Amino acid sequence: MTPDAPAPEAPPERHFLQAALANRSFVIGLVITAIVAAMALLSFVWTPYDITHLVVADRMKDLSIAHPLGTDHLGRDILSMIMIGARNSIAVAIVAVGIGMGLGVPLGTWAAARGGLVDEILMRFNDLVFAFPALLSAIMITAIFGPGAINAIIAIGIFNVPVFARVARAGALSIWPREFILAARAAGKSKTLITIEHILPNIVALLLVQGTIQFALGILAEAGLSYLGLGAQPPMPSWGRMLFEAQTRMMIAPHLAIFPGLAIVITVLGLNLLGDGLRDLLDPRLRRER
Amino acid sequence: MSLLQIENLSLSIAGYPVLKDIDLEIQPGEVLGLVGESGSGKSMTALTVMQLLPELARAKGRVVFDGIDILSAPEEAMCRLRGDDLGMVFQEPMTALNPVKTIGEQVAEGIRWHTGANRPDAEARTRAILERVGLPEARFPLSRYPHELSGGQRQRVVIAIACALKPKLLIADEPTTALDVVLQAQFLDLLRDLVEENRMGLLLISHDLAVVADMADRVTVMRHGAVMESGPTANVLSQQKHPYTRQLAEASTHVPARARPQEADGERRQTPLLTVSSVTRDYPGRRRGLFSRPEPFRAVDNVSFSLMPGHAVALVGRSGCGKSTLARMILALDTPTSGEIRLDGEALGGKSEHELRHARRNMQVVFQDPYGSFNPRHQVERLVAEPLHLLDQKPSASERRERVAEALESVGLTAGDMRKYPHEFSGGQRQRISIARAIITRPKLIVADEPVSALDVSIRAQVLDLFADLNKRLDLTYLFITHDLTVARAITDEVMVMHEGRIVENGPTATVLRHPESEAAQALVNAAPDLERAISARLARQHI
Repeated sequence: MTPDAPAPEAPPERHFLQAALANRSFVIGLVITAIVAAMALLSFVWTPYDITHLVVADRMKDLSIAHPLGTDHLGRDILSMIMIGARNSIAVAIVAVGIGMGLGVPLGTWAAARGGLVDEILMRFNDLVFAFPALLSAIMITAIFGPGAINAIIAIGIFNVPVFARVARAGALSIWPREFILAARAAGKSKTLITIEHILPNIVALLLVQGTIQFALGILAEAGLSYLGLGAQPPMPSWGRMLFEAQTRMMIAPHLAIFPGLAIVITVLGLNLLGDGLRDLLDPRLRRER
Repeated sequence: MSLLQIENLSLSIAGYPVLKDIDLEIQPGEVLGLVGESGSGKSMTALTVMQLLPELARAKGRVVFDGIDILSAPEEAMCRLRGDDLGMVFQEPMTALNPVKTIGEQVAEGIRWHTGANRPDAEARTRAILERVGLPEARFPLSRYPHELSGGQRQRVVIAIACALKPKLLIADEPTTALDVVLQAQFLDLLRDLVEENRMGLLLISHDLAVVADMADRVTVMRHGAVMESGPTANVLSQQKHPYTRQLAEASTHVPARARPQEADGERRQTPLLTVSSVTRDYPGRRRGLFSRPEPFRAVDNVSFSLMPGHAVALVGRSGCGKSTLARMILALDTPTSGEIRLDGEALGGKSEHELRHARRNMQVVFQDPYGSFNPRHQVERLVAEPLHLLDQKPSASERRERVAEALESVGLTAGDMRKYPHEFSGGQRQRISIARAIITRPKLIVADEPVSALDVSIRAQVLDLFADLNKRLDLTYLFITHDLTVARAITDEVMVMHEGRIVENGPTATVLRHPESEAAQALVNAAPDLERAISARLARQHI
């Protein structure tokens, strides 16, 4: 058929909400993520117990009405600790994804726009960073600059850069040969301006999906670093360190390890579902099949 | 008994009526042309016969193929028919083949599935059919992949797949739209031969009346999902009893009224607007070994010409001849390997984007694809205003809106269309938006790369009228890049014929097209389908 009738497809925005609500993984992912975020926000104003206040008499209590998730070896309420730990995990992951996007997307789109030698050098450098296992290198960075939440954020963030650079470059490369880019060039727009006005809006979906995945990985990485004592320092609670502290008491009080572990698993699962759902929703080809 | 009989076929998709009371009939060995504009239901009729309709489609009526009632046939029976007795050729040779399978595998697949032949037998038959469609073993071994073939060659593979088992009916849905005229002529010859050899029925779907007049014994004209007229091709197209048939025929031979540019001679007219002097463009070739230097591919080879203000010039040639590369260099979107291009006396080479602003303001571009040439996420106002970026003084928001409104109105749209998104427009309207974008900086030169080849004939006529009108009103100079000689004939004063990177012939359009001298120009002219010639040939044959 030669194209002449107006395209039957409705604009993507109009049916987005409808489609979003019909997408199960998106809804579940969104609900889980919202609960975790709400917990973290709530912890700023209220937690069931003050966790800087140690009540040694109540140490390692089982689950009860007073302490729904029990208490740890210093008598702190685990629910309160998980709530504050969520704050830490989310903050680290957000900033790390921010660093990754903030540096990676400009680098990737620049490489795509320039091509040639610039592209080659940037991408080989990217490969170099990729070649190191991210967590090991993060351990190295925190080992050199000292443990702490800030250094953990930077370490995780640096390893997000090549991921976003690669995704942004691949997305941008598929947009550059399109005719509307040629038209924009014929309108004398610079490559930077074209990237901002035409390339970015067309690859934003890709970046968003990658963002949720990196967010989940960031939470895992933060937990890993804290477990090794390289993340947030006491008394700031973090899920990773809670696991570490529970390790030696696993046999006596398994709930000490189970709940922080569950918090990590559920959060990562929620983010992955959200990412999956977003990918399906934002990719028009997949959406039509549903 | 007829091979295919469609009676009172009505079709609705998700409750929307698509086809109304279609009647069709094809005899063995007969070619039926199905013409009509896009959206008229041609393709849906074909898909009904193949039973490849979308899920929500509901068909009523009777479709009988070779004694089998298709509408009530179970899917298994259809699977046996499709690719065996029923073959189909699609429009787009680029996407109709699986890129990761060799052509041999793709042709053999159907043979093995339907006949249960073993591998060597299927391969032998594959070899034979590929040979038949003009892809000989020596140059096209079965191990070739689709990307190693040109568009015309791929379309031959597609037809080989469709005809491998000598189908009784072949459905070809716009099979030549993606091919240039020379390839189209070769492909149509092949189709005709296959019909004669196997006494195959052919349902040829096309929006090109000239192609149908040339190929079809009988023709059915469709519009809005209904049959307008049908009968023997020569009668239908020569008598044009139905007003819609007349309208289609007029549109396909439409020549817009234009003032001769020479009449408005002034002093300004003496100096050329655009001069291209010995421009060459090489692309790096494929590296064959680690140390051997790749042979460069010369896309444009020492081309020189000049364009006078107010003229409309066509650059014609087959696909891959270097037309588009040349256009890109003129638009300063690509740099020549050697040679110089001057616009209004100003050299374009070696300038920064900023220094090019003045030149860019004076030349704009209209692309072929009315879908791909807009960012789907922007509103029309922003799309059309894009080149305003080239002005030294940024217009204010209200000024900008005014200029966009003015541009939209001069292409026959309204200021109210500013707030819409490109997908809300039809192809013809989009091409108008594309033209509005091109004229908003009031340029002197417009380069149009196949601006109407994606449009229906009736829409095409309107867009050509618009080009002619703007030529007069805004004193524009055009460079039309096209493989379609009817477009060149309709709207240009001069024509340049390009072949393998060189300009092999140029001169006034009428002269070149009537008496082509170079081989390349002769090939183009002879291959171009011509409605009147085809009708008179058909009438002559009838009277013998």
